[in-house]
Amino acid sequence: MTKNVTSKELMGGDDDLPLYAPQKKIYPQRVSGSFRRIKWGLMALCLGVYYLLPLVRWNRGLGAPDQAVLIDFQSQRFYFFFIELWPQEFYYFTGLLILAAFTLFLMNALGGRIWCGYLCPQTVWTDLFYVVERWTEGDRRARIKADAGPLTAARLARRALKQAIWLIIAWWTGGAWVLYFSDAPTLVKDLATFQAPAIAYVWIGILTASTYLLAGHAREQVCLYMCPWPRIQAALTDEWALNVTYKYDRGEPRCSVKKGRAQRALGETAGDCVDCNQCVAVCPTGIDIRNGAQLGCIQCGLCIDACDNVMKRIGRPTRLIGYDNDINVQRRTSGKTEAFKPVRSRTVVYAALIATVCAVMLHALLTRSLLDLNVLHDRNPVAVKLSAGAIRNGYTLRFLNKRGFDRVIAVDVDGPANAQIHIVGFDSVTPDRPMIVLARDATTELRVLVTAPFDDKSEKTAPVKFRITDIGLGEVASATDHFVTP
Amino acid sequence: MSQHNDTDHISGRSTTGHEWDGIEELNTPLPRWWVLTFYATIIWAFGYWVVYPAWPLVSGYTAGVLHTTNRAAVTANLAQLEALRGEKMKALGTASLAEIENDPALLALARARGKTVFGDNCAPCHGSGAAGAKGYPNLNDDDWLWGGTLDQIMQTIQFGARSGHAKAHEGQMLAFGKDGVLKSDEIVAVANYVRSLSGLSTRKGYDAAKGEKIFADNCVACHGDRGKGNQELGAANLTDKIWLYGSDEATLIETISNGRAGVMPAWEGRLDPSTIKAMAVYVHALGGGK
Repeated sequence: MTKNVTSKELMGGDDDLPLYAPQKKIYPQRVSGSFRRIKWGLMALCLGVYYLLPLVRWNRGLGAPDQAVLIDFQSQRFYFFFIELWPQEFYYFTGLLILAAFTLFLMNALGGRIWCGYLCPQTVWTDLFYVVERWTEGDRRARIKADAGPLTAARLARRALKQAIWLIIAWWTGGAWVLYFSDAPTLVKDLATFQAPAIAYVWIGILTASTYLLAGHAREQVCLYMCPWPRIQAALTDEWALNVTYKYDRGEPRCSVKKGRAQRALGETAGDCVDCNQCVAVCPTGIDIRNGAQLGCIQCGLCIDACDNVMKRIGRPTRLIGYDNDINVQRRTSGKTEAFKPVRSRTVVYAALIATVCAVMLHALLTRSLLDLNVLHDRNPVAVKLSAGAIRNGYTLRFLNKRGFDRVIAVDVDGPANAQIHIVGFDSVTPDRPMIVLARDATTELRVLVTAPFDDKSEKTAPVKFRITDIGLGEVASATDHFVTP
Repeated sequence: MSQHNDTDHISGRSTTGHEWDGIEELNTPLPRWWVLTFYATIIWAFGYWVVYPAWPLVSGYTAGVLHTTNRAAVTANLAQLEALRGEKMKALGTASLAEIENDPALLALARARGKTVFGDNCAPCHGSGAAGAKGYPNLNDDDWLWGGTLDQIMQTIQFGARSGHAKAHEGQMLAFGKDGVLKSDEIVAVANYVRSLSGLSTRKGYDAAKGEKIFADNCVACHGDRGKGNQELGAANLTDKIWLYGSDEATLIETISNGRAGVMPAWEGRLDPSTIKAMAVYVHALGGGK
């Protein structure tokens, strides 16, 4: 009989393995130190800005919203302190995105993925949720022990409490989100009395669910599997960029405190790393930084604090793990002094680009016109022949009055010789220089007809320039198009 | 039938028993979730038959317990839309034409409403931009057969021209040739005379005096003694640069010989009064309105 060969053996023996590795539960341990303090500060700042910003008031005068930051979809306005943007000025957001990209580049060139470790919302909220977890279920050891043990009533109660607080934070996060889109105090009152629009509740629900799931349950999985930025940011870094680094030239070979002391007493080399695994225990993404720079590292610096605490206790210099660059490892091993180079062509270029974009945006913002005119030529028909032989072209003019008061403007046209202008619906105004009233903070769209005498010698097309002048303030805006003959 | 071994001795898995040229097919069942989904769709289909209209019968169909019909859904949606529009359109119903045109908000509403309704009802003849075509007036220009004031435009839309409606505009261009009133040489003469009225070139050696006399005898009753037209009768102004059917000699000869009587349908009853009002304002605002 032939020997039975199983399919497992035929295919290399592991075709029954699942496609994905199961999530390894991470129990980050509490740590204290300078980087933790920076993180606490930034967390307070980020959360404070997010939760409180919609409540800040800003006086814009009568009839205008008095909320400092407001995205007003209904009247299509965006308010940011002294800035008011119209949909036509959406390019400012493009500028902001470009600015954000360059800032990210600069941060990367200087300090690696410090965005990930300190400012990313995922990090900030996950950190906050860990605080709750430690408060309800205890620190690393207690949680590991409890998870391994049986599910007692006390354990269940602690878990329930944790979930409840998580949900409250998540709900508060969603609640703060909708406040950016409507007058905050009014909306809070409406939400409380169930008078708010359904969309507000829907968004609170969405944000509550996503915050709870991402910060409470997905945690480091977001950074490891969902987020594209680790891949992008890894491509942006260079050998001078500071990264959280285990200085293996100082730490290896690892040995116990006692053995290390003995070795050093004999004048032999001994690594500073005592293999206490504290850096791994505190890591929120569960990596071992001693394996070198890796995708899972969000550069939060907590392992630095953990290691420093140990180094202090065993009387060795701190910063065995620290912000360091690739160059320094080579320099130290070859006996040279450490070198840091924050000013180099890459960072200078990024900084210059950031400054340029800022300057351009600021200039655009400060010289932003408060009276604007857009023109659209009739397409069907492009030109009309009148009974006396003259030619008339129709245009749709859109007037933008960005000031907070009504204003009277005169409309002039520079076009073909002897051109006459008529604004549909404004028969009673002076025919040679039509004047119209523009409502405050609004666009006005009017149909404008330009008539010009025509004979065989006339040009087929002629440029037309519409010019509007604020009678009171003297502000001028213009738009050009063409006058066409059939 | 060939005998088959139910188990494949290499992989140790069962086979389907099908064999071709010594190759047997392993029994690889579909994933359970796939099969369950398949059964679920079958169950779903049964539910669908019961709930929704499904089976065609000899004279009808099974209505389903929900009695759903697409027609009813569309009708309901349209009614809902009309109700929604009705709120705004009410303002158009009560305001006079002049009031609408002098109120920017009402004017914008009337133009918006007029534009869509024009596209649905008027564009087939007058073109989507109301530029007209041969026999169908251009509504953008300032030449009007039946008058270009707001009220006149509204009346033309409401009752039409030669539409059969009791209040419709009546009057037509007679067929002078076909009816034997004028002979062909007379028609050529008067056609050239008409061209001369608006400054167009005339045929060499045509009898201007004869043309003028024929015009005076036959045409002035409707077109006026200087060919200026008459909006009461829808008689065209023959002295301007705008020609509904064309100004070349051949076209004029045809017009005089066979007559013209284009029809504008009456829209009363087909469009509601405030929509007709909006339409009048829209057409007036196209630019040609007087």
